[in-house]
Amino acid sequence: MQTHTFKPDLPPPRLSVGALGWLRSNLFSSVPNTLLTIVAVYLIWLMIPPLLDWAFFSADWVGTTRADCTSDGACWVFIQQRFGQFMYGFYPTELRWRVDLTLWAAIIGAAPLFVPQMPRKAMYGLGFLVVYPILAYVLLHGGHFGLETVPTSRWGGLMLTLVIASVGIAGALPLGILLALGRRSEMPAIRVICVTFIEFWRGVPLITVLFMSSVMLPLFLPEGMSFDKLMRALIGVILFQSAYIAEVVRGGLQAIPKGQYEAAAAMGLGYWRMMGLVILPQALKMVIPGIVNTFIALFKDTSLVIIIGLFDLLNSIKQATTDPAWLGMSTEGYVFAALVYWIFCFGMSRYSMHLERKLDTGHKR
Amino acid sequence: MQTSANASHPKGSVWTDPKVRAWIFQILAVIAVVALGWFLFDNTQTNLDKRGITSGFSFLNNSAGFGIAQHLIEYTESDSYGRVFVIGLLNTLLVSGIGIVGATLLGFILGIARLSPNWLVNKLATIYIETFRNIPPLLQIFFWYFAVMLAMPSPKQSLEFGSMFFINNRGLYLPSPSATDAFTPFLIALVLTIVAIVFMVRWGRARFEKTGQPFPLLLTSLAMLLVIPGLTIVLWGNPLSWQIPELKGFNFRGGWVMIPELIALTLALTIYTAAFIAEIVRSGIQAVNHGQTEAARSLGLPAGKILRLVVIPQSLRVIIPPLTSQYLNLAKNSSLAAGIGYPDMVSLFAGTVLNQTGQAIEVIAITMSVYLAISISISLFMNWYNKRIALIER
Repeated sequence: MQTHTFKPDLPPPRLSVGALGWLRSNLFSSVPNTLLTIVAVYLIWLMIPPLLDWAFFSADWVGTTRADCTSDGACWVFIQQRFGQFMYGFYPTELRWRVDLTLWAAIIGAAPLFVPQMPRKAMYGLGFLVVYPILAYVLLHGGHFGLETVPTSRWGGLMLTLVIASVGIAGALPLGILLALGRRSEMPAIRVICVTFIEFWRGVPLITVLFMSSVMLPLFLPEGMSFDKLMRALIGVILFQSAYIAEVVRGGLQAIPKGQYEAAAAMGLGYWRMMGLVILPQALKMVIPGIVNTFIALFKDTSLVIIIGLFDLLNSIKQATTDPAWLGMSTEGYVFAALVYWIFCFGMSRYSMHLERKLDTGHKR
Repeated sequence: MQTSANASHPKGSVWTDPKVRAWIFQILAVIAVVALGWFLFDNTQTNLDKRGITSGFSFLNNSAGFGIAQHLIEYTESDSYGRVFVIGLLNTLLVSGIGIVGATLLGFILGIARLSPNWLVNKLATIYIETFRNIPPLLQIFFWYFAVMLAMPSPKQSLEFGSMFFINNRGLYLPSPSATDAFTPFLIALVLTIVAIVFMVRWGRARFEKTGQPFPLLLTSLAMLLVIPGLTIVLWGNPLSWQIPELKGFNFRGGWVMIPELIALTLALTIYTAAFIAEIVRSGIQAVNHGQTEAARSLGLPAGKILRLVVIPQSLRVIIPPLTSQYLNLAKNSSLAAGIGYPDMVSLFAGTVLNQTGQAIEVIAITMSVYLAISISISLFMNWYNKRIALIER
């Protein structure tokens, strides 16, 4: 009997596979596409080589003064010489270990929260949230346990930026949750108060809030009661940010099906236990990415404290660029600042996207 | 709460009645808010009395006595604080207006580029978006102002573009138009043409609805717009004469000038907001179900019409609400002008005027109410728009 043997398959056309195929389908699939590719390549060629040349190849990396910057490129010596000031502001040099220790305590203390298998995570997290701020305050401000007091007017640089951002979020989160619950409340008076509060803070720019907290807060308070500048900024930031958090949390509350509320009520849970045990754990889990995004916005907004004269990262760099010994370094300074802010914000946004993917399970039908 | 099903069972005390409790909570909350308000008001009164500040808005009529770098309406140093406020407000609106137009254009281009099948274009747009939206806007403003605009050459060595536009460390100089005698007939012709086009479009649409015969509305309108006002130019001459800035002594004279603060601020806000708008546009277009495109294609619509008639109308529904909130953010971010001294409302009014007069409460209250008025009117518009375009599901 004759057996039929198939001929082997012909290889695919060379132009449709491999590197060539990829180029053809991604860069030169049609005439307009080819034109776009050419324009894009031209743009890259126009921008990237001079940029790399400025930032790396003809940049000055070593030295101690401005005179060491002899080439046309960037003068990174400036950043290197002022790095301490950019990180710690006017914090006394011999006490900077306290700032470092605070940061390490945060990293080591928070690390277990990112381990998925960790038992009793919520309890640990709550404990950390209570203990850490006290520890950080004692370490940074001093005045107890034989630590020398460092007044907040000497705080500065990236450290101050991080302090404002973390205190801001830690204060705004509980307030924001309460506001969100109040906005969804069935009691009209509570609802009106919360809506007014939220819409007021969301409607004004942060700068006017900071202006207000720096010039009006002293007027609002009784004689003899006063806050330092950092405290005033923090109050402004917390009130402002809590309104945004409230809206994010409200989104989560609205996404919880009505059946959950009814089931909780049917089990005889009161309002606070229903919220605390059934609704909020689900709602907050859902809005974690939104909260991280709010935190990114807050982190960027901390730069506005320059307006009321606090020396955060941006202001430290701005001051350093006006130093007569380092005139003309503003490009280097701002590029460095941009890089630091970018690393933080981009890192957080990636983390939020990762969370979004991780938390997406179980809500899809 | 007990129901009547078991009447013999004793009714819970008044305190466990949810209705009563709700009332008590609300009354307590209102009392707390009023008490807080009274506490603040009382303290403020005492503090103001102690400092000898008389509250009230009469300071608005006092003479300001300082110069302003950019004013869109006439201003001299002897003008009142009230006028300073109006100038600040106009400057804020100017920055917001330019920024919104620029950011929308750039954002839409980037958003579409982000969806491009071209790998290179796609990646470039992604890099742009990820770079600029993760850098604080104030830092970007500082960069454009201190590192770019102030580092520009002096007026004598200005960079020029076609000897019409000049850029130096004092700003950007543009030719300014002024009306000639031919301007009136030109304007009349233009208005008449537009009115005619409006009527023609209505007639064309009605005819299309009735008979199904399309009329080349776009082409005809373009032709009318070109020909009729063009005719007046032929008859009466050029309606506008352009005044080109000229270097005289140490600076340029004539033409329009954009001060460096304005350029830095608009550039930074445009670039920053465009990154957010691009993401909104991308997600809006992606939100349109792929089945819609396929259905349109199976109806035989060409690619352009699929985009214009099917995809864009549906994606706008998703795009416009977040887009307006970005516009609002841009308007609010324009207050960052205070960082570089551009005379916007916040830096001029809440900065200089507040320092000169000491009327902190009035000044901050006016400034905040302007922003509140802007955001409330935008959110009212949004609610109206959302209601109008909401999907009416069957």
